[in-house]
Amino acid sequence: MAELAASPFPPGRYPLIVVGSGPGGLQLSYSLSRLGIEHAILSEDDAPGGMFRRWPIFQRMLSWTKPYTPFDHRTREYERYDWNSLIADEPDQRAVMPGLMDGSSYFPSRPEMQKGLETFASRTGIRVRYGCRWESTAREDGDLVLHTSDGDFRAPVVVFAVGLAEPWRPPIPGLQEAPHYGEFRPVGTYANRRVFIIGKQNSGFEIATGLLPWARQIILASPSATTLSVNTRSLVGVRARYVQPYEDHVLAGGVLILDASIERIERQGDGYRVVTRGAHDTGELVHEVDDVIAATGFTAPLRDLPELGVATFGQSRLPAQTAFWESATAPGIFFTGTLSQGFAGLKKHGMPSNSGAVQGHRYNARVLARHLAETRFGLSLSRPRIEPDAIIPFLLGELTRGPELWHQRSYLARVLSLDPDAGILDQGIQPLAHFVDAREGDAVAVTLESNGVDDLYPVAYVRHEGAVREHVMPPHPLLQFEGEAYARDLTAALAPILSPSLSRR
Amino acid sequence: MPVQQDVVNTIAAFALFADLTSPQLEEIAHLFDEAWFADGERVLRQGFSGSGFYVILEGAAAIRVNDVDRATLKPGDYFGEISCLLGEEPVADIVARGALRCLVLPARQVESFLTAHPRVMFRLLQGEARKLRNTTRWLS
Repeated sequence: MAELAASPFPPGRYPLIVVGSGPGGLQLSYSLSRLGIEHAILSEDDAPGGMFRRWPIFQRMLSWTKPYTPFDHRTREYERYDWNSLIADEPDQRAVMPGLMDGSSYFPSRPEMQKGLETFASRTGIRVRYGCRWESTAREDGDLVLHTSDGDFRAPVVVFAVGLAEPWRPPIPGLQEAPHYGEFRPVGTYANRRVFIIGKQNSGFEIATGLLPWARQIILASPSATTLSVNTRSLVGVRARYVQPYEDHVLAGGVLILDASIERIERQGDGYRVVTRGAHDTGELVHEVDDVIAATGFTAPLRDLPELGVATFGQSRLPAQTAFWESATAPGIFFTGTLSQGFAGLKKHGMPSNSGAVQGHRYNARVLARHLAETRFGLSLSRPRIEPDAIIPFLLGELTRGPELWHQRSYLARVLSLDPDAGILDQGIQPLAHFVDAREGDAVAVTLESNGVDDLYPVAYVRHEGAVREHVMPPHPLLQFEGEAYARDLTAALAPILSPSLSRR
Repeated sequence: MPVQQDVVNTIAAFALFADLTSPQLEEIAHLFDEAWFADGERVLRQGFSGSGFYVILEGAAAIRVNDVDRATLKPGDYFGEISCLLGEEPVADIVARGALRCLVLPARQVESFLTAHPRVMFRLLQGEARKLRNTTRWLS
């Protein structure tokens, strides 16, 4: 009981509540605290870390942290090379992860990742009410009311950072009884067994990779062809770390990868009978196997939020959101962490943002904290003034080294406003979709983009007289965007907005 | 992001996909992404590169040229195919009218998708022929 009494944030009313203590909830709480915004965090877990307290199954991350880079760990620029640390404003709080890794891989182990999140939370003083389970939700007198295992909490603004945590299986006859990715047994129990994996995303290939030295046969199947991240040049597709089963398949080593729909799964003795049918032939195939694993993804555990009007879409049932991650259909309900991918942004060339991963959504959380501070708490955040002759070097420097632009391509942008009276102001990092759809004021936004074929390249969006024009600049083989040619390109793109601002100064 | 399971049933009723078998419809549901837009949100932006081919699942969208609405699209209709086929930026905005749910395929995948699914290519060609006929009638 003494421990319970020491728990922060007793039931009651708060200006803002965050639900969840994974990387999304922790990052938002940190960023809100630095802006002086009072808030409570509730979590049903008993310690920080969210899904990284359990997964990935094979205990190593997909995202890297490079210990040695051109930049000091205490700098903002280092964040480009460290995909796993949460981000801080104070140099001493930055780059927690490289200090915790044992050097055996540039992919942290799952325990190292968990330790990194715990360390960030304790060093930056994030307090969470743990063991407090959000159970249902209501609206009352303009507040949202969270009914929890500890009692009722209410706030006008609630941010949900509850991850993609609920196992999902497609409605294939017989599949509901098959184990899901999250129910994978100790790998040794698959020794000399025939294993059928449904799903050809990273989770399916992760399991197949782990089973290579154990299983007698591995079959991976789903209706569409395998995509590889090295081909899409994005996080779409199977990451290089898990490509080994694919190579085994194409070299006819024994792993089978089928592009087929799964018609049904039947129990047969101690094993299963799986029936598949290809999209481009009519024949059925029957597979007799010992194990079936559904690596078919996860959905957002939104509980009763859809009944409050939160629209969802896609297989993951992601909440549909505005550019600032508020439910598009239920005001006052916001999302952060991996759920922030429910706002897709421009998704040019089909390239998704990295909002599903820590290295992307950590920046969304910082932008969201500033947005909430200004729109809900009446704060007026400072916007540094930029001298006219510093515009081009500043923007090209951000394009070359700004971690937000490298990790959230075509999704977050660095924005400058140019006003004859107010001068040139650094408006900070904003969602690109918000910028291009706003009409007011002369301004420029720069970001990096990829088209899935070439190296990434800088793009400037120039807003003048209510219309936004896109200026695509060429890629550079060394990813250096500070040379003369880029300065000329950007100066030309900015011409319509530079001249009026400068002439009145 | 992958699509919801109801998509296979929804698209089975669309003229564009009318000739496909159910495994082929499932393949499409896996190949395309699902996208959701709020009322008034722009789906395609006039003059911006990197768009895609969209098929409306639910809701409606306006074709808007220089801030004037020219036509309304409904479930089963598609848009963006012209800029995908020609490799050019869209010449109109497409704007959600009410909540809009779509399937989307990035432009660079459209050619391989159509050549792998000749019946869809034929249906798409019919659709383009209808648009051309209507434009010709309107001009004459």
